[in-house]
Amino acid sequence: MGAGTLLRVKSLFKNFGGIQAITDLSFDLAQGELLGLIGPNGSGKTTAVNLITGFVKPSRGEIVYRDCSIAGLAPHKIVRLGIARTFQMVKPFYHLPAYKNMIIPLYSPRVKKLAGGNYGDLDAVALDYLEEVGFERDSHVAFKSASVLPQGYLKRLELAKAIALKPDLIILDELFSGLSLAEVASIIPIIEKLRKEGKTIIMIEHRLKELFRIADRVVVLNYGQKIADGPAAQAMQTAEVQKAYLGAEY
Amino acid sequence: MFVGTFVYAVFNSAILAVMALGFNLTFGISGVANFAYGAMYILSAYLSWMFLHFLNLPYWLSICVSICFTMALGALMYRYVLLRVRGQPLSEVIATFGIGLAILELFQYMGLVGYEYSLPVLIDRSIVFGNIVVDMQRILITAAAVLLMAGLWAFTHHTKIGLAFRGIAQDERTALTFGIDSDRIGMFSVSLGCGLAALAAALIIPLGSISPSDGYDVLIKALAVCIIGGLGSTGGVIVASVLIGFAERLTDTYISSSWTMIVSLAAMLVVLLVKPSGLFGRQKELEERI
Amino acid sequence: MERRLERIDRGIKVRSQDVFALSSWREMLYLLAPRLVPILGFLLLPLVLGNYWQKVLLSVAVFALLALSWDILAQAGMISLGQALFFGLGAYCSGILNHALGCPPLLSLAGATVLGGLMGTAVLLPVIRLRGVYFSMVTLIIPLMFVRIIEATKIFGGTEGLSGIAPLPSKWIELYLIVAVLLAALFGFRRMMNSDYGLVLKAIRDNDRSVTNAGINIFWYKAQALFIAGSIGALAGAFMTHVYMFVGMPVFALDYSILPIAAAVVGGPGSLAGAVLGASILVPLSEILRGIGGLRIVFYGCFLVVFIVALPEGIFHYIQRKYQQFERWVEVE
Repeated sequence: MGAGTLLRVKSLFKNFGGIQAITDLSFDLAQGELLGLIGPNGSGKTTAVNLITGFVKPSRGEIVYRDCSIAGLAPHKIVRLGIARTFQMVKPFYHLPAYKNMIIPLYSPRVKKLAGGNYGDLDAVALDYLEEVGFERDSHVAFKSASVLPQGYLKRLELAKAIALKPDLIILDELFSGLSLAEVASIIPIIEKLRKEGKTIIMIEHRLKELFRIADRVVVLNYGQKIADGPAAQAMQTAEVQKAYLGAEY
Repeated sequence: MFVGTFVYAVFNSAILAVMALGFNLTFGISGVANFAYGAMYILSAYLSWMFLHFLNLPYWLSICVSICFTMALGALMYRYVLLRVRGQPLSEVIATFGIGLAILELFQYMGLVGYEYSLPVLIDRSIVFGNIVVDMQRILITAAAVLLMAGLWAFTHHTKIGLAFRGIAQDERTALTFGIDSDRIGMFSVSLGCGLAALAAALIIPLGSISPSDGYDVLIKALAVCIIGGLGSTGGVIVASVLIGFAERLTDTYISSSWTMIVSLAAMLVVLLVKPSGLFGRQKELEERI
Repeated sequence: MERRLERIDRGIKVRSQDVFALSSWREMLYLLAPRLVPILGFLLLPLVLGNYWQKVLLSVAVFALLALSWDILAQAGMISLGQALFFGLGAYCSGILNHALGCPPLLSLAGATVLGGLMGTAVLLPVIRLRGVYFSMVTLIIPLMFVRIIEATKIFGGTEGLSGIAPLPSKWIELYLIVAVLLAALFGFRRMMNSDYGLVLKAIRDNDRSVTNAGINIFWYKAQALFIAGSIGALAGAFMTHVYMFVGMPVFALDYSILPIAAAVVGGPGSLAGAVLGASILVPLSEILRGIGGLRIVFYGCFLVVFIVALPEGIFHYIQRKYQQFERWVEVE
């Protein structure tokens, strides 16, 4: 593996019964990069992420993270190696208040190990993390039950849960979906801060304008295959990508 | 002697298949757990008996009325119990299990056990093959098994309602968007499953006598067949019944009869460990269930 | 004029939150009463009841433990239809330890608790990876299988079982031991389930994908819950072995599987106190109805169905709600 390459995906294949979800996917991810994973609906973006994070086992191919092969490893083990992800459909623990939702990731063995075994008051730490993602401390939003929070806050909660694991690679699955332009504008600084801290990020997105403002590079998938890989502007110029998004007539 | 064992093993498989079909329909194909299945089986047998002996109805009529009654009971159970706990599979299991338990123990308590509580065979004749005696009832069961399975397969693959049954098991929400009323289809499915249980009882009970404790055995055997064969797969039911049927028969002949139940239970456990979706199961998300 | 039902915390409840509980005897009593009633009840009743009802109390405690064990598993997302498995394993372990190895009763009790828990966990370990319904089915089947195996292989005394097991030193020790264990288990595990550890277990039931995503190995936690619940059940079984001085196939009977579920469902699933409450109601009830024999299980079945469909929150939550909040009709503008 080249110096600075955090993740390498090589010749990944996945089929579910008769459906070929991913065909021969390969890409590298350098340390500190922000990669956008885009493509029309059903192109296999979430499947690719499921493969990397271990929720689904690949049919064939390799996934190497920091010189460790992680293909086929159990998801909780992959998280402990330093990869965290958010889910497209946010499903918090509805009957618990927002800050109690954070207890689960803070209880994780990885967090315990990194904190040297003594974390102190988990509730206080949870509130700190929530404040970082925009739960204003004065308004006591963090104490509200997750069932009454609007989508914007739920997405931030999901983000906070991933950040609390202190990962080196964060994968965000459609973080911007369901958010207003103002909410997106307020979340982007949080992502920038993560980048400054040296974290590597993969973002699956449909909202391309907002994504291209922050992404270094994009990988475009269509029907499970990679059709472009490079800086955003360059990738969007490719004929194949335009055909995939807009249809053959264009 | 081996030929005799073989022939009876085939019959055993047919019996298992007929027993399991109703359960496969509701649990495997429509995703509704009906743990009162064994109770329905026994209930319909007692009903036929009562119609026959107390109301002096002709035998075929007793069976028909009993099947209809069981189907109605299944529908009622769905409407007033299952509907309330739909979607929480564990509550479904507990609720139906509670009903089944109440029914079976009621019969046990009423003391309706004994040799006089039995149903007559449909055709009282036997055929002799070489040196094996084979009774018509068992042949009837085998024929019924084949017919029912073919019919069920056609039903679930080629009729609108049958496809709806499968739809609500796979993805209830999508089924709803297609205009499939999942509640009513669920009711039909439970009702039909109970009806099949009643039919199975009518065919199989004449081989012995009615005993409430058999209700649990029926439930377990139906479960075993469905799990090993794979929920929702009619082909799986066939293969699983053959496997278990033969295994039971061989164990009975060559080892001892007290081990037969253990064989089916052990087989079910092994399948659950190795390939949880069963031999022919198609529910992939169960496999990916790490 | 439209009306809606409004539910508000009672004044006394609000006044007894946090440190204000110490402000007067009334508030402290409000908090202590629900805890003191069962404790005093269980501790004082043995002194006033006659022999027959003392045995009933014993039964209540044993079934309460089984119901407690069921509830812990249920809160972690595993619905067991076969508590008799743990009960029977504990019973046989204790019986064998005492009968074959000559361990004194208290030692064999402790040993059976741990061994029974371990064996129960080992047996069910392969199944916790599967969807909940399959787990339930397997728990239903395994006790039945054990019965048949014992019957067929005639091990451990076969159909006759092992008799002549040593009893506990005295009737009073018997009674107070099980009551003490019950109270310790009730309050101890209630504490555990309210802690962060319990939160993780409950989260596994709610949304196990999220918990896995946090790097937590859900199977390890499920196994732990299984061991804890299994040990409690095994303790109950081991205890009964010494009370009856006998262990045989009946320890795997359906009765020991069904009554705990009925008790927990009736009493209030999701709260350990509800399990104890349910047992305290159902066991004496079934004793009173003893004259009807086998009809008992019919009643349990009916209770189970009625409560799960009509009052799924159970009696305990209902009482708790009434105790802490009051309702009134308000007009909607």
